Amino acid sequence: MSFDYAPAPESRAIVKIKAKYGHFIGGKFVSGSKHFPTINPATEEVLSQIALAGKADIDAAVKAARKAYTQIWSKMSGKERGKYLFRIARIMQERSREFAVLETLDNGKPIRESRDVDVPLAAAHFFYHAGWADKLEFAALGTSTKPHGVAGQIIPWNFPLLMLAWKIAPALAAGNTVVLKPAESTPLSALLFAEICQQAELPAGVVNIVTGDGSTGALIVNHPGIDKIAFTGSTEVGKIIARAVAPTHKSLTLELGGKAANIIFEDAAIDEAIEGIVNGVFFNQGHVCCAGSRLLLQESIADEVLEKLKIRMAKIRVGDPMDKNTDLGAINSKEQLLKIQDLSAIGDAEGGQRWSAPCEFPKKGFWFAPTVFTGVTQAHRIAREEIFGPVLSILTFRTPQEAIDKANNTPFGLSAGVWSEKGSRILWASQQLRAGVVWANTFNKFDPASPFGGYKESGWGREGGRHGLSTYLKGVGHE
Amino acid sequence: MSNRIYVKKTYKLFINGSFPRSESGRTYEIKSAKGVFIANPSLASRKDLRDAVTAAHAAQAGWNKVSAYNKGQILYRVAEMLEGRRAQFVDEIVSVTGLTKIKAEKEVTDSVDRLVWYAGWSDKLSSLSGALNPVTGPYYNFTVPESMGVIAAIAPESPSLLGLIDAVAPIIVGGNTVVVLASTKAPLSAMSFAEILATSDVPAGVINILTGKQDEIAPWMASHMDIDGLDISGLATTSHSAVRIAGTENLKRIYSFKSADPGRILAFLENKTVWHPIGL
Repeated sequence: MSFDYAPAPESRAIVKIKAKYGHFIGGKFVSGSKHFPTINPATEEVLSQIALAGKADIDAAVKAARKAYTQIWSKMSGKERGKYLFRIARIMQERSREFAVLETLDNGKPIRESRDVDVPLAAAHFFYHAGWADKLEFAALGTSTKPHGVAGQIIPWNFPLLMLAWKIAPALAAGNTVVLKPAESTPLSALLFAEICQQAELPAGVVNIVTGDGSTGALIVNHPGIDKIAFTGSTEVGKIIARAVAPTHKSLTLELGGKAANIIFEDAAIDEAIEGIVNGVFFNQGHVCCAGSRLLLQESIADEVLEKLKIRMAKIRVGDPMDKNTDLGAINSKEQLLKIQDLSAIGDAEGGQRWSAPCEFPKKGFWFAPTVFTGVTQAHRIAREEIFGPVLSILTFRTPQEAIDKANNTPFGLSAGVWSEKGSRILWASQQLRAGVVWANTFNKFDPASPFGGYKESGWGREGGRHGLSTYLKGVGHE
Repeated sequence: MSNRIYVKKTYKLFINGSFPRSESGRTYEIKSAKGVFIANPSLASRKDLRDAVTAAHAAQAGWNKVSAYNKGQILYRVAEMLEGRRAQFVDEIVSVTGLTKIKAEKEVTDSVDRLVWYAGWSDKLSSLSGALNPVTGPYYNFTVPESMGVIAAIAPESPSLLGLIDAVAPIIVGGNTVVVLASTKAPLSAMSFAEILATSDVPAGVINILTGKQDEIAPWMASHMDIDGLDISGLATTSHSAVRIAGTENLKRIYSFKSADPGRILAFLENKTVWHPIGL
């Protein structure tokens, strides 16, 4: 007997996508000069034409942000600033279905995730930070509560709206104004957010959204009228930005790459750990900087876990992101798909044994099956480099100390996972792991109250919680 | 006693609890404010820096394990011993810098008091900067500040003793170890402070002190891949950009401070957030 899922497609009727978009500068949509297409990665359908911001656009956006900062936002009380953030949070909740559908169309992530994770968390971030706006002296721990001024923010394509919320909410709560650039391949939810700013009657220029590619990002990073840069993306680009910002007065926070170890001790609850492994690396197609992409299995349970993992992986439903039953959606772009394919081929060439879950892909779009590599050593590139796709590298260990040594043997330090039913072992491992977030007997959980960010080359600063807010103030850490 | 030949001191480096000369064999001359020869301190080289970083690395895990209560007591003991040797430090500051005795006494007093202030922070940092985060869902979620690793620092030219205290104490109080370049023109109080450290309970390698030139040492501090953070408060501002750029190779945390406040300690601490489910 078969228990197939009937199709359960979400309607896209709720969103109206314009044929062409401009930038949102000084509270108004202004038309761009050059445009590029943004596509639905699940169908390769062109969704809209997006403006490519050049120097004049960035100058205009920075000027609008500066004017709003000087004349309005820096003079407004925290109590009043906070009310705007509360308004934004509320309107995001009201229009959450619209955001979820738009996000899935533009990004390729399953509608279930955009609906249940991205959009509610984005609204929660605004709600959380709204309450900080009139309490900054308590966030500053006795240091300065002054904002930086104009913040330039560059966000990635993996969680477009959520990353926007992580950036804009604390910046505004702390009293900065912003110029934000969404990722080249996922600009639509940020442009819808601009409409929300209008509905919330946010003063013109407090939030400016400019679209474009890496060249637009570079214009923001190098703009002399910006006081603070916040970037989420690869470590490679993060270092380029750090070098560019180093000789300037600008403050910088970075959320960069990771190669998280997910450690399964032999005393773990195996079935729960299997779910944690799957959620750890296949959530959001593995397009997650904190993905648990290095699985460290204690030797005594390695065979059992691998067998169960394969059974579980075969049940992952890959396909139409708009179907409410889909677990794994489309790879965000052709470029990213090629990168995943390349690194996986290197995994083969270096002697890893590849196994992919059997699945049928839609005829169009970009797809990659959930995949594991066994026989991986620490020297293999698939154990060292961020793949940013649904690919898991499996290594083994004998002693707890060996697990920690292997987990920490990376220039990254964003996140880690540890699975054990023994409390003291969990706390010991949590202490030893050099990572900014440790998920113990869980994985890939996020919350606006919970600081997120990396050690070592995974970044500078935190996002979320008091720690994240403080990166938008001049005081704590004296940047 | 007036005819007695004074026993002069050789000022050397302080690395891993010992007092080596620079491996380069180099020294430079320190004269009093009035131009009288005082000493030939070591002119540290890149190799000395690397040795110091190796020592700091080896010491870090052990120092990090020392309880916050105990770290506070160890720092407090440094203050006790500085208090007991006030006269020597006042004399050295007066002779090298030409400060009045009253001003030198104030600097030593402030240094003792500053050490006590930092010592008191050791077991409050987690209360100040840690948090139990009220996340949505059945999870216990907490954030704790943790040591970053090996931090390098460049102490200001002046005040030579108080500046050194501000360079090293906030770094080590949270469990980091430090390699510091002392004031070039006035290194005597730094090296006498090293004698205090050597006979205090600060473990070898936790604080390593070099004397030498900023232009020679700062670029190597910036590019050293085993240094996790850098305090450039004392570095000539004309060199800040180059050092900040070089430090991006391993994304070093680089800060310049203007005051002694908790932010100075927290800048060189990482924050770790741990999640665990709550359930039966």
